[in-house]
Amino acid sequence: MTYTTIAEDTRALHHPKTWVGKYVWSQDHKVIAVQYSLTAIGVGLVALVLSGLMRLQLGFPGMIEFITPQAYYQFVTMHGMIMVIYLLTALLLGGFGNYMIPLMVGARDMVFPYVNMLSYWVYLLSVIVLMASFFVPGGPTGAGWTLYPPQAITEGTPGASWGIILMLASLGIFIVAFTMGGLNYVTTVLQARTKGMTLMRMPCTVWGIFVATILGLLAFPALLVAAVMMMLDRVIGTSFFMPSIISMGEPLAHSGGSPILFQHLFWFFGHPEVYIVALPAFGIVSDLISTHARKNIFGYRMMVWAIIIIGVLSFFVWAHHMYVSGMNPYFGFFFATSTLIIAVPTAIKVYNWVLTLWQGDIHLRTPMLFAIGFIFTFIHGGLTGLFLGNVSVDVPLSDTYFVVGHFHMVMGVSPILVVFGAIYHWYPKITGRMWNATLGQLHFWITFLGTYVIYLPMHYLGLLGVPRRYYEMGETEFVPASAQWANEAITIAALTVGVAQLIFFYNMISSYFRGPKADPNPWGATSLEWQTPKTPPEHGNWGPTLPTVYRWAYDYSVPGAAQDFIPQNVPPDGAARDRDM
Amino acid sequence: MRIAIVIGLLVIGSLVFHFLSPWRQTPIASNWGEIDNALTITFWVCGAVFVALNLFLAYSVFRFRHREGHKATYEPENMALERRLTFWTALGIVVMLAPGLLAWNKYISVPQDARVVEAIGQQWQWSFRFPGEDGVLGAVATKHIGPDNPFGLNPDDPWGHDDILVEGGEVHLPIDQPVKIVLRSNDVLHNFYVPQFRAKMDLVPGMITYIWLTPIRTGTFEILCAEYCGVGHYVMRGYVVIDEEAAFEAWLSEFPTYGQTRVIAANESGAP
Ligand code: HEM
Ligand SMILES: [Cu+2]
Ligand SMILES: [Cu+2]
Repeated sequence: MTYTTIAEDTRALHHPKTWVGKYVWSQDHKVIAVQYSLTAIGVGLVALVLSGLMRLQLGFPGMIEFITPQAYYQFVTMHGMIMVIYLLTALLLGGFGNYMIPLMVGARDMVFPYVNMLSYWVYLLSVIVLMASFFVPGGPTGAGWTLYPPQAITEGTPGASWGIILMLASLGIFIVAFTMGGLNYVTTVLQARTKGMTLMRMPCTVWGIFVATILGLLAFPALLVAAVMMMLDRVIGTSFFMPSIISMGEPLAHSGGSPILFQHLFWFFGHPEVYIVALPAFGIVSDLISTHARKNIFGYRMMVWAIIIIGVLSFFVWAHHMYVSGMNPYFGFFFATSTLIIAVPTAIKVYNWVLTLWQGDIHLRTPMLFAIGFIFTFIHGGLTGLFLGNVSVDVPLSDTYFVVGHFHMVMGVSPILVVFGAIYHWYPKITGRMWNATLGQLHFWITFLGTYVIYLPMHYLGLLGVPRRYYEMGETEFVPASAQWANEAITIAALTVGVAQLIFFYNMISSYFRGPKADPNPWGATSLEWQTPKTPPEHGNWGPTLPTVYRWAYDYSVPGAAQDFIPQNVPPDGAARDRDM
Repeated sequence: MRIAIVIGLLVIGSLVFHFLSPWRQTPIASNWGEIDNALTITFWVCGAVFVALNLFLAYSVFRFRHREGHKATYEPENMALERRLTFWTALGIVVMLAPGLLAWNKYISVPQDARVVEAIGQQWQWSFRFPGEDGVLGAVATKHIGPDNPFGLNPDDPWGHDDILVEGGEVHLPIDQPVKIVLRSNDVLHNFYVPQFRAKMDLVPGMITYIWLTPIRTGTFEILCAEYCGVGHYVMRGYVVIDEEAAFEAWLSEFPTYGQTRVIAANESGAP
């Protein structure tokens, strides 16, 4: 039992008096979480609009005049980078991590509330710097979200003058923000759990976010040094990543650097990044499934260990992004093996989600629909990952639309479905109001089916051989005319899905003002965040005394218990069997 | 309920799509059948898992959907089951990984008798160099690149004088002979990709990479650049034409050696 008095100490809480202190310069983890989430969703919308523009170009080449090749590549780059870093990482860790960790482990706030506040404001700065790059001469960088040198900083790539500098600066700032937040999340989980909340009683959500944060703290430094080195190459003419090359017919002054070094640094960050996004989603979806199926998560200990093992292994697979990069070809054997090994704990997670449903009492409410949708898309994306991880099979597929289809299924659609499910799930707690269920369902169906229509055909275009990052295919002999129909259909589906998100925003905003008042625990959930004295929880979360935890987070449908759930803070008695997990 | 049916339909729809899709691999034109085999095995294993897991998912949701009076069971874990599942998963992984690794081993082991040709990428075009009589590609360096030496050959390296230089983005290769394609970039990353050959590899400035293959049918195949290389990435195309041996030799003999281009350049500038 790791109970410390930090959690109990209310003196540290700084109670603000003014509106500005409460909602702007706030040190309350819940307000910071909302600030993080709204900002992330705001930039996410920019990325969504960019994807719509890209799809218009691909479906109807040349229809929109301002989408030149330059613009297309700028859109691809900004879209990818925003989605991965500024939306998903910020939303899942800065948003859900901030909101959920203290509430779920029974703390009053993060351990360092002031640093937590700074984290948000620095994140906002990174977003502003990134957005500023749309307005500088030459526009944002069009180097692809992977920013591979030498191309990222040489002429011939859009935004090589200013855009790339702002991108690198923004990434550096983001990493500072992430580190401040991340240290907080880890420390809070380790030090501020309430009495009785052992590590093996924490909900999977906390486990996912906790391990993801550790991954982030270990992986982002690699990106930081890569960004700093590239910045030096670009600004003062060092040659970390720059061999002696010509650019636009003229020799450059660089010599001796290694482009592949950058790729190693980038993917040493970039692969764990996939799990930084995936693990919180895994954790959250486990809790959604368990709660709405009224059944304990199947194999909790396995689930926790799988998260940890995946986290550790994710640092040993990065070069599977580099099979055809020209690195030492013998690495292929090692990285293919390690990559396919990671599939085992990942598969176990999938089995356990489905086995949790088995013999459950499944309430198909909107959050649960998103969770089930996630299982489907994640199975799809996980399996196509086995193609790309298996070195020689990757050779024909790498850098084709198969890859685009794969990573959108596994780290685009799947986490986004979880994010939506999670928002529907926790919205009543966060706002104290209930959303409209019909609109929620409508939003689910369009998003779930629409994304499958978008991404399934992409895999087949990739199998055919259509390369990614192509402004247009033009006349290419091996590509039949029918491929363009696929592109048109994909574009129509993408625009539909994009516009359908308005249903979500309408539902969230109108329910905030006019939704019916929510029950404090509408789903009958066991974890602590649903047991707060007030809904929405106040600053300090728990009123005068902290909750004490007596059981794991999954006492659903316990035989003999009066209700089909027993909250974590209910002491054992004759009726409810105590399980000390 | 509805979601269970829809997931079932999605599984069926995916299978139908898979079998009816007009977008499938191009007919192969190289010896890399092993890669296709590994891909096919992966398709079958993954396809089976996809169908089985999702149908089980759909069935579970259907069968255990909430109804009045229905209650969930309480079963925290079942270690025996988890161990069985782990074992079968690991087995499936091995079945896919083994052919994948074997194919990779072949992919990176160039046969001794492979003919050498160099493909050079430069924003946004392809050119090629054959080693000439001596079978050796002469030394090159960025600093030698100039209007009359686009390949950057070192004028003082005797091995380079008989190198045959092919500009214009089209290269011919003889059928049924293994060829090692040495890859070099003058500026940024590119990737030599011919879908019908299956093989692909990045060109990395500052270093030399390679792929090898044996063309197995004649024809003209398009080279696409498959590593993003700036705004012209999507128009960086070239052609590989697979010929019978004699036609290939005839084609090759039309191109000048580096030595010849120097003589021409020297004559034009009036130097001795
Ligand atoms: C409706 C939603 C979305 C659509 C229609 C969409 C569409 C696209 C398109 C058309 C491309 C460019 C393909 C190419 O030319 O190579 C792309 C690239 C990308 N997308 Fe998305 N996307 C969506 C959502 C997401 C999400 C949620 C993520 C989060 C992970 C994401 C991450 C990426 C990344 C990382 C790239 C690669 C960028 C690059 O090649 O540099 N996308 N997307
Ligand atoms: Cu290229
Ligand atoms: Cu390219």
